[in-house]
Amino acid sequence: MKKLEYDLVVIGGGPAGLAAALEARKNNVRKILICERAPYLGGILQQCIHNGFGLQYFKEELTGPEYASRFIEEVEKSDIDVKLGTMVMEILDDKKVIAVNREDGMFEINTKALILAMGCRERTRGAITIPGSRPAGVMTAGTAQSYVNLEGFIPGKEVVILGSGDIGLIMARRLTLEGVNVKGVIELMPYSTGLIRNKVQCLDDFNIPLLLSHSIVEIHGKERLEGVTIAEVDQNLKPIKGTEQYISCDTLLLSVGLIPENELSNKLGCEIDKVTRGPVVNEKRITNIPWVFACGNVLHVHDLVDNVTQEAEIAGRAAADLINQKAAEAEKDVIITHDQNIGYVVPQHIDALNNKEKTVKFFLRVKNPDEDVRLIVKDNEDKTLMSIKKSIVEPGTMVTFNLPREFVTKDTSSINISIARELAE
Amino acid sequence: MKTEVLIIGGGVIGASIAHQLAKYNLDIILVEKASDVCMGTSKANSAMVHSGFNIDGGTLKGKLALAANKVIKQLCEDLDVGLVKPLGSITVGFEESDLEKMKKTMENGIKNGIQGMRLLNQKELHEMEPHLNPEAKYGLFEPETGIINPFEYTVALAENAVINGAKVMLDTEVLDIMIENKTVKGVKTNKGDIEAKVIINAAGLYADKIAAMTEEIDFEIKPRKGQYFLYDKKWRDILTYTIYSAPTKVSKGMIVVPTIDGNILAGSNAEALEDKTDLSTTAEALDQIYTSTISHLFPELPRMGDVITTFTGLRAASSNEDFIIEAAKTVKGMINVAGIQSPGLTSAPAIAAMVEELVREQNLELDFSPKANYEKGRKTPVMLTELSYEERNALIEKNPDYGEIICRCESISKGEIKDAIHRPVPATNMDAIKRRVRAGMGRCQGGFCGPKVLDILSHELNISPLEVTQKGKESFVLASRNKEIPLAEGDQKNEKIRI
Repeated sequence: MKKLEYDLVVIGGGPAGLAAALEARKNNVRKILICERAPYLGGILQQCIHNGFGLQYFKEELTGPEYASRFIEEVEKSDIDVKLGTMVMEILDDKKVIAVNREDGMFEINTKALILAMGCRERTRGAITIPGSRPAGVMTAGTAQSYVNLEGFIPGKEVVILGSGDIGLIMARRLTLEGVNVKGVIELMPYSTGLIRNKVQCLDDFNIPLLLSHSIVEIHGKERLEGVTIAEVDQNLKPIKGTEQYISCDTLLLSVGLIPENELSNKLGCEIDKVTRGPVVNEKRITNIPWVFACGNVLHVHDLVDNVTQEAEIAGRAAADLINQKAAEAEKDVIITHDQNIGYVVPQHIDALNNKEKTVKFFLRVKNPDEDVRLIVKDNEDKTLMSIKKSIVEPGTMVTFNLPREFVTKDTSSINISIARELAE
Repeated sequence: MKTEVLIIGGGVIGASIAHQLAKYNLDIILVEKASDVCMGTSKANSAMVHSGFNIDGGTLKGKLALAANKVIKQLCEDLDVGLVKPLGSITVGFEESDLEKMKKTMENGIKNGIQGMRLLNQKELHEMEPHLNPEAKYGLFEPETGIINPFEYTVALAENAVINGAKVMLDTEVLDIMIENKTVKGVKTNKGDIEAKVIINAAGLYADKIAAMTEEIDFEIKPRKGQYFLYDKKWRDILTYTIYSAPTKVSKGMIVVPTIDGNILAGSNAEALEDKTDLSTTAEALDQIYTSTISHLFPELPRMGDVITTFTGLRAASSNEDFIIEAAKTVKGMINVAGIQSPGLTSAPAIAAMVEELVREQNLELDFSPKANYEKGRKTPVMLTELSYEERNALIEKNPDYGEIICRCESISKGEIKDAIHRPVPATNMDAIKRRVRAGMGRCQGGFCGPKVLDILSHELNISPLEVTQKGKESFVLASRNKEIPLAEGDQKNEKIRI
């Protein structure tokens, strides 16, 4: 079996992997390898031909392939090695990666550090157990996006979309532009779970109805999908008898959530956060395994690729520090806790002694939408470190804030983040 | 077209009969109306090899299941089919009355010749299965039950028959049976007439319909629906043995079992139906199975999330609940194999042997001399995940397609998918690929590999991507090329859901 030696292996050549590799290279890591399972770099961005990418990072509006190409060109100009069509099969705990492709067969890579950037997958029909028959024509929105934008095929002519996740909303518009009748988007929750701008630009602008608090209770059709029965749901998300409505359609797209792909990380022994379903990391994106870093959608599902890029750069720098032996020896763990209305916070802990960067950027998602709230950050002494006004918070839009380093001292043992309604004044 | 033996139905029974008769110098054609073998009852069941401890040994199905248990291991070895036997089972009880039933089941098992059964006390039970509901009190351990992959098994049987000269015709539906002078002459199908000396009806749910084409019959096949949950491989370690919940009158009990591939399968209920095509799952039944069995036995298993899929199987139950394996009463050359419900998958080899006897008894001019160059195995498909890294490299060097991973969840290569398309019984649609090599059977359910598998099918079969189907017939995956939907059509039918 062929054996290779690298300083850094990055698994995944999507936006996270590309930015992480480039940032590590800028920080003087010499031998870097990106393993990408597709025959091209750029990851899922290559099928996201709509615009809206890069507003934060590049301050301009790009399509997915354009955004990806900015990083791909830089990688191509650099001495970063890339292996395409390469699937990582296993990560061994003695810092070895086993991968396979057509040219090298099964091969082994010795590395000093590893960055996990495998992205995420879509939740399926099985995972939400929609009852009914099992005809052709039921697929995830991302699979449909791949058929339309990469292969040039339309999956069906009358489409219902389940779930108001961003890919579903984007595909509602995309298919409408192809002449497909998108009959509507069904959302279980009482609010849209995608970005507000996607709801406005992809549904409202094309008169595509969004049915909130509805679900699909049965799938019909023996060979190809013939229709779905939808029903309104109650507060416990259970279908309400008598509200059933039959909608004929030949295609059902599912946009019901994304799940970080952590099978490799799991096998390696990475501690996984039950809510994000990604590894537990500190602000440097180090997992519980000191030579393994994680960034992008494998860590937690982002709404904006711009955030993915920034997060990947953090991981790239931290991996460089480890490889160049610049990482601090001593660490003091500060646990991040949060209140009930917050679903999760990343990073899950921070190092009190790390003062390389002036701020720590936090990402969090709320569980329920709310208005006129304050985001409050307190330390273990119950001292309020920050209090930020937020006019709207909703699960579909990630909340971010920067915590100045000076608020974290060597005496800090935990930091609590809460979101609460502003008291009437 | 002309043959000597015509088998109707490509389920595990039809395939077993083809495999059995292919040992002799006989011309055999097996016709299957679906686009693949193993498309009915054979593909949606608990995938267990029942030892017979909980079956009445006096019934035909009891006798055949016990007989099949003696030969299935060697058969699977010959065909290189994954079988884990013995694995063992535990029947789990919560109530005093369950214990009484278990004692009776144990007596029955002993009568059927099963050795090594024993009752477990609560402590032993939880030592053997630590993830069981702590409230479970009683256990009955039985060592002989096994598990098998029903698709692989059925495909292997059919492939072996093909290697030994039998012909398998897919997408071929029998429309009528031709009879002359009270003797069968052949069948009419959608692909033309096929003359035959003997017709074996292994049509599963439709065995009554086929039998009725020859004479008036006194049985009926009533589908009995059962729904199942299939869990992600990450739950494999939640149990060691196949687990039965304490039995009821109509069922040997619900089961939670590991599969050959390392998933967990749980189900199933039993609902009598009229519609033989109703493969739908229902929220009510799934909720009931989950609450009454799955979470009752293993509280850690979730209702959603790690559920890869839920599915329905239809058992082909006869009116008298036993297997019906007999020659037609008034027409020569017709053998009916009907009512093959559980334990049909287990009993298949014994059923096939019994059918051979019935065919011989028909005294037709058939040459039962053994085939000179008979092959007892088949060319086993390459399965990379079962090979060492060095073995994989040797293969990849010869054929780089084995180094291109298409299905990331199950690590299936392009080479394995192409092989499946060109096997003796070819896989010609997305689901057939999934059943052969597991591409698309993992946690993403084909979300990522679907477009790639479709592309490979289109290339290898030399058809347009628009002609590729999910599961044969009209189940097309795609509707048109981009930019091909006329705008007018879109406008006219632009009805939306009313809010």
